[in-house]
Amino acid sequence: MNLRAIGVIYKFEMLRFWNTLFQSVASPVISTALYFVVFGSAIGSRIESIDGISYGLFIVPGLTMLSLLTQSIANASFGIFFPKFTGSIYEVLSAPVSFYEVLSGYVGAAASKSFILGIIILFTASFFVELKILHPYWMLTFLILTCIAFSLFGFIIGLWATNFEKLQVIPMLVITPLVFLGGSFYSVSMLPPFWQTVTLFNPVLYLVSGFRWSFFEVSDVSVGLSLIMILVFLGACLVTVSWMFKTGYRLKQ
Amino acid sequence: MPCPTKEFRIMNPIVSINKLCKTYASGHQALNSVSLDIYEGEILALLGPNGAGKTTLISAICGIVSPTSGSVTIGGYDNLRQFRKARELIGLVPQELTLGAFETVWNTINFSRGLFGKKKNTHYLEQLLKDLSLFDKRDSELRTLSGGMKRRVLIAKALSHEPRILFLDEPTAGVDVELRKDMWNMVARLRKSGVTIILTTHYIEEAESIADRVGVINNGELLLVEQKQSLMQNLGKKQLIIELRETIDSIPASLNHYALDLVNEGQCLAYTYDTLSKQTGITALLQAISAAGLSLRDLHVKQSSLEDIFVDLVKS
Repeated sequence: MNLRAIGVIYKFEMLRFWNTLFQSVASPVISTALYFVVFGSAIGSRIESIDGISYGLFIVPGLTMLSLLTQSIANASFGIFFPKFTGSIYEVLSAPVSFYEVLSGYVGAAASKSFILGIIILFTASFFVELKILHPYWMLTFLILTCIAFSLFGFIIGLWATNFEKLQVIPMLVITPLVFLGGSFYSVSMLPPFWQTVTLFNPVLYLVSGFRWSFFEVSDVSVGLSLIMILVFLGACLVTVSWMFKTGYRLKQ
Repeated sequence: MPCPTKEFRIMNPIVSINKLCKTYASGHQALNSVSLDIYEGEILALLGPNGAGKTTLISAICGIVSPTSGSVTIGGYDNLRQFRKARELIGLVPQELTLGAFETVWNTINFSRGLFGKKKNTHYLEQLLKDLSLFDKRDSELRTLSGGMKRRVLIAKALSHEPRILFLDEPTAGVDVELRKDMWNMVARLRKSGVTIILTTHYIEEAESIADRVGVINNGELLLVEQKQSLMQNLGKKQLIIELRETIDSIPASLNHYALDLVNEGQCLAYTYDTLSKQTGITALLQAISAAGLSLRDLHVKQSSLEDIFVDLVKS
């Protein structure tokens, strides 16, 4: 195994994060703060508590997931798309590095960035609400698995995208609606029965539900099912990326 | 395939290409059963017009393009099945200025070295940057560099892991005189240290001045690979042009047994002769011309360059 290669790819990608630290951190922190001001204080104070949890507190896990998902995808997809775009990917392709080492470097870095952001967002939230985490280890497990799974998903998008528009289209048209409709800001039990059933097909529901359970022991679906669904999604991404590597999809002609 | 000279023949090939074919998804056949042995320590120039398949050949050797069929071994290792061992030996300088934008020169060459699994070596990399006149720019971001500087960075990246084989794809395309000179000095230095160099070019004078062997590629086929000297001797022609004082309509019968052509509307006689033979027959010819009553105005000799040979090959 070429550990040095994984190391330099990881370091290179993390360097990009530190160099743009202000943008990387400021935008999720500001948007989280805005959500809290609007939903938590202004509107939230008029919304009754859900399952005995104040609305401001209830949205913390969903809000964290929203940033986590979009940032994981954005970071990982850009990380692999940019060298493809400039052509500098030739070097990685001609180096004594296996595809899985390349993957570990890029996805590992993107997942690390998302994890750091997740912690920063939770820290920001603690200024607005009194945060309580009943199962911190489960919380970290869900956080880490989500970071890895969606960074992998972002990596796939970055490989697939042939231009900057395509890079944006999946996060904008698929991920954002799925997050908003996946019970990030409400409990699924508040929906009419038909829409409750529809929501069960939204993978984000399981992420948010499991993550929320680790905070409040309140969930829309069982925590076991949440965990299984994240692992299934992770597995599906791994299979897809393996297929892409095997065929040289959009990397090798 | 023609034999290389003695000094290379006794060695095993460091790169061995066997019936390599590549057909792109578009249906374009870029390589058609190319077989070639490259010997340790030599400089091989691959000549060919644009779109001949030079870059595809290099890309297939280096693992950037998947070949449709055929195989490549590098230092005895299969470039697909034993890609780690094979690729460690190779440095590649691509044709396009394909560099990132925001990293510094120093970081990018360290990245390259690490990617090839080599331990950090500040001393080596500093010396490398000095040799390429890049040391002053080590903290500059890549996007701020000029085209020539970027080309130097690409070379530094390719050499950062101390490769045994260096591929230079059109290294001097769009490069100024100074960089070109620096580049050839560097090639000479590398060669001295035993590095095998394969370069593609369409500047024939470059191949003529620097290469040990020359390969000509056209339409995805390797037309020939030969020692530069023997190529020029075997395929090169020498012509003696005899300018006459008065034009003639036909060659006098007494000169019929010389291979003469009447050129320039009867003003000149062209005598083509074999450069390798001991007796060129020039003395006898000149005497015969004089005996035929023709008087001479001037004499000059034309020798075909690699360029003429190349044009002949590619045209046929």
